[in-house]
Amino acid sequence: MKQFKGRVLAGGSWKGEAVVSRQGVNTLATFQKSALKNAKQVYASDQNNPDIFEKNITGKALCLPITIGSTTGGLVIQTVCAMKINPAAFLFSEHIDPLAASGIVLARIWEDSPVIAVDMLGEEFLNTVKTGDTVEIAEDGTVTVC
Amino acid sequence: MAKYKMQLTPEQEAILNGAEGEVKAKIMETLVMFGDMFGATKLVPVTHGQGHLVTSFGIGLLKPLFSTMDKLIAGGMKAEGGFSVDPRPLDYANVKCNALERLVFDKILYSKQAMYEEQLKKVGLTGGSKFTCACYLDEVGNQPKAGDVLSWAESSAVVYANSVLGARCNRNSGMIDLFGSIIGYVPYFGLVTDEGRKATWKVYVKTTKKPEAQILGSAVGMKVMEDVPYVYGLDKFIGDELNDENKAYLKDFGAATASNGAVGLYHIDNLTPEAKAQGEKLLAENCREYVIDDAELERVYKSYPVMWKKKDKKADLCFIGCPHLTYAQLYDWTDKIAAGLKASGRKKVAVRTVLTTAPDVAEKFKKTAGYEKLKATGAKLSSICPLMYTNNPLTKMHRIMTSSNKLRTYSAARYYKDEEILAMITGKEGR
Repeated sequence: MKQFKGRVLAGGSWKGEAVVSRQGVNTLATFQKSALKNAKQVYASDQNNPDIFEKNITGKALCLPITIGSTTGGLVIQTVCAMKINPAAFLFSEHIDPLAASGIVLARIWEDSPVIAVDMLGEEFLNTVKTGDTVEIAEDGTVTVC
Repeated sequence: MAKYKMQLTPEQEAILNGAEGEVKAKIMETLVMFGDMFGATKLVPVTHGQGHLVTSFGIGLLKPLFSTMDKLIAGGMKAEGGFSVDPRPLDYANVKCNALERLVFDKILYSKQAMYEEQLKKVGLTGGSKFTCACYLDEVGNQPKAGDVLSWAESSAVVYANSVLGARCNRNSGMIDLFGSIIGYVPYFGLVTDEGRKATWKVYVKTTKKPEAQILGSAVGMKVMEDVPYVYGLDKFIGDELNDENKAYLKDFGAATASNGAVGLYHIDNLTPEAKAQGEKLLAENCREYVIDDAELERVYKSYPVMWKKKDKKADLCFIGCPHLTYAQLYDWTDKIAAGLKASGRKKVAVRTVLTTAPDVAEKFKKTAGYEKLKATGAKLSSICPLMYTNNPLTKMHRIMTSSNKLRTYSAARYYKDEEILAMITGKEGR
């Protein structure tokens, strides 16, 4: 068991399974296929990201450094949150990027989404957590990798 | 709203507390929460009123976009300064699609296009001719001046405005761009601040000839990612004057830095306005260094994956103009294609070719002899967004080639240098 302290961007407490991307997550490429199909679960569709490709990320804690790609990224996060097929939490090892930040804010304010976001968890967090691990998120931004 | 950290003026606070309606309060809350995430100390006025939006496409999956737009319209929200927006995703007249593609585009992918364009008009779209990623071109007229604060999105437009025009804008996401234009303020952080505009990389161009803008930009973007580079040695090849040719070069260079990395601002020694005015005062302490020579450019060029299923086959479609071509670039390509065809003894292009430019540039060009010359080559002129056209599952049916590094990055299109593209479309060289 190891604990990491991050900065709370969109708070909440949660416990569940982690899905880990060690490279930047291309938001549009990852969510587009499932959203277009009106699917009930998101299976990550970015072929350029072997860490999460074809993994179910709905209702999981998506652990990542930052998001990358098209400036539609924020709208895509808002969309999957509105469809309630979003990751339950975004856990960033680095400072959140503007595109992901936009998505989290739009989702919380315009969709009343309970999506959780914590950033600045540090490089060691991403080196420690593995896909399938259980993570526990506290209101104060403490993330425990069980 | 939850507790916020930035300092607001009484007027901003009143908006946040609902004095001007619930919808405007939510817009303000969005900008404040967004700014707080980046440690913004305040909101600053948008001084160039005309916005630029990235989301031009009525892509069916973005349902919250349409419902948020409905809420804005119902709340009487409008960007008073107006805005331009990225290019349309479709142009059946000039970029032909087969029946299956039309079905997918019209009924699935871009099923909300007409409805969304109506929404855009209601919240401030300046006019039907303002669908372009190169809104800053003379013919289009959305041109901020040095020091102006903007609320724009579209990565290639933002990096151009910051670097070539000396304006100030962060790399915004869709919707945040519109919110800033409606409310008239943006959070003060990042590229809006003096500190955020300092370079943290020194890039030395040491090539033996003028580098291809698209590959140089790609190399810089992939190396510095979201940081600010200060580029030495480029003035040796392109001089120290921001003329039309250099602006077009920097447009293409910047788009590649922004898409292959996440660059929002670059400085070119002796050329871009802030570098000319402040020189090395723009350098932060402990800058990292990157040297680009011929071998490095070639390494970067060779690293691009070829996504075609049949890699040894010829391209069947070519897009030139992502970002949209300038008027001079359009003329130049027309002359080169016509001359190339003459040299190879052909009348028409060997590969279906589409040149893309802003609607206002296209209108100007159509009044000249150059347009007849281009039509005679068989190449098409369009104001489509090649990126949105290729953003569909049927793209893999085509082997698309392009001289745009941005298009290469976001699609299965194959990148070739300008001279290679020219050789292939004029039949001088088969690929």
